[in-house]
Amino acid sequence: MTSINMNVNGKAVSGDVPDETLLSEFLREHLRLTGTHIGCDTSQCGACVVHIDGKAVKSCSTLAVSLEGAEVTTIEGLANGDLHPMQVAFNDNHGLQCGFCTPGMIMSGVDMVKRYKAEGKDLTSDAIRAELEGNICRCTGYHNIVKSIEDAAAKM
Amino acid sequence: MYPTKYHKPASIADAVAALNGGDEAMLLSGGQTLLATMKQHLAAPSDLVDIRGIAGLSGISANGNELTIGATTTHAEVAGNVDVRRLCPALADLASGIGDTAVRNMGTIGGSIANNDPAADYPAGLLALNATIVTNTREISADDFFEGLFATALDEGEIITAVRVPAPSKAAYAKFAQPASLFALVGVFVADSGSGVRVAVTGAGEDGVFRHAGLEAALTGSMGDASIDAVDISDGNLISDIHGASDYRAHLISVMAKRAVLSL
Ligand SMILES: Cc1cc2nc3c(=O)[nH]c(=O)nc-3n(C[C@H](O)[C@H](O)[C@H](O)COP(=O)(O)OP(=O)(O)OC[C@H]3O[C@@H](n4cnc5c(N)ncnc54)[C@H](O)[C@@H]3O)c2cc1C
Ligand code: FES
Ligand code: FES
Repeated sequence: MTSINMNVNGKAVSGDVPDETLLSEFLREHLRLTGTHIGCDTSQCGACVVHIDGKAVKSCSTLAVSLEGAEVTTIEGLANGDLHPMQVAFNDNHGLQCGFCTPGMIMSGVDMVKRYKAEGKDLTSDAIRAELEGNICRCTGYHNIVKSIEDAAAKM
Repeated sequence: MYPTKYHKPASIADAVAALNGGDEAMLLSGGQTLLATMKQHLAAPSDLVDIRGIAGLSGISANGNELTIGATTTHAEVAGNVDVRRLCPALADLASGIGDTAVRNMGTIGGSIANNDPAADYPAGLLALNATIVTNTREISADDFFEGLFATALDEGEIITAVRVPAPSKAAYAKFAQPASLFALVGVFVADSGSGVRVAVTGAGEDGVFRHAGLEAALTGSMGDASIDAVDISDGNLISDIHGASDYRAHLISVMAKRAVLSL
């Protein structure tokens, strides 16, 4: 067991966890933040994507104890009173069906928009498709996810 | 995952002590391979020694025409680094094509080459670029480092600290990705150092990454896609699996080599 401290969605949190605890388990089972989904648990699907110190990471492939002092943002931390523009865009553009992949899609979407803006690069629909390499959706066929991210990029 | 004990040493000496202190301790870097292996119970380290807290193991520096890339530098950092883009853009391109964004944000160059997956990208780049792998005890040329499937010259408990890459005069990497895993079905890295051409192939060899003598001779003679047509790419010793038979991979080696040469 190791005692860990990190900042999740702007709040200081701590816990005593077995060393092999994944960040996804810590978020879901210790903090009850079940918006982070586990689709595969084999680092393929991206449903578990969260931001660690501002970068998109698969929480099922990261040990919680390695994140002492880190800043973690999950899907629950995006809305700030109002929904985040990426959440609104997924709603407006029918970017989800069952919704299982959606938390990861939205976290990856926010990450790519921020990164492309910071680098001054144009986030084309082809770039969005390439950026979504690590996020799998079994329902939508992706078109409306791409549209949602394009729409949010224009508003973020 | 079986229980394990986590350590985050602040120095190489402490890392070595932690490795020696456990029954079956293993190094942890980005965890993008090791944690998945642990979940599958294919690895069950008693102790995990996370080297990401050791100062000086992360980051990239350029000294004249040589790049030094710290072992815990992530794929995303290599892909976006100005010195890598300037001295060896082909290596930045290679890093930007590893897996997906989230994997590139965590996975590291040291972890990738220590693992030496037969379909990984970095082994082809480092072998073609004639890189040197620096460890806590010695320096190993890429030619001596990559020994076979998931096998390297590293001794038990030896820690990669950095990789040194001489800038080529020209280089390019072409990868035909296996669409589900994103790893290379076949990847070919062509590097012209100015005094000769080295060509390394990943994804195809039954013994892991290898240099292709025929392609090297042909391209050293004349750099152009026409030279490649004259080279006999034998399918002996190439992988045959559900993703592609060995003759298909042999054909892809020729096609990827041409794509690399045409993009030089
Ligand atoms: C979805 C997905 C897609 C991927 N696609 C690709 C791809 O297209 N191409 C590709 O090349 N790779 C791919 N990978 C693998 C990825 O590049 C990993 O990051 C890499 O193989 C391992 O690096 P790591 O830092 O995560 O190492 P870890 O998983 O932490 O460690 C891997 C091994 O190396 C050892 N090790 C780590 N650091 C050192 C060191 N400094 N010295 C000695 N031993 C060390 C560890 O003990 C362990 O045995 C993919 C992975 C995933 C999950
Ligand atoms: S649950 Fe983490 S990638 Fe699928
Ligand atoms: S909406 Fe069902 S998996 Fe994407």
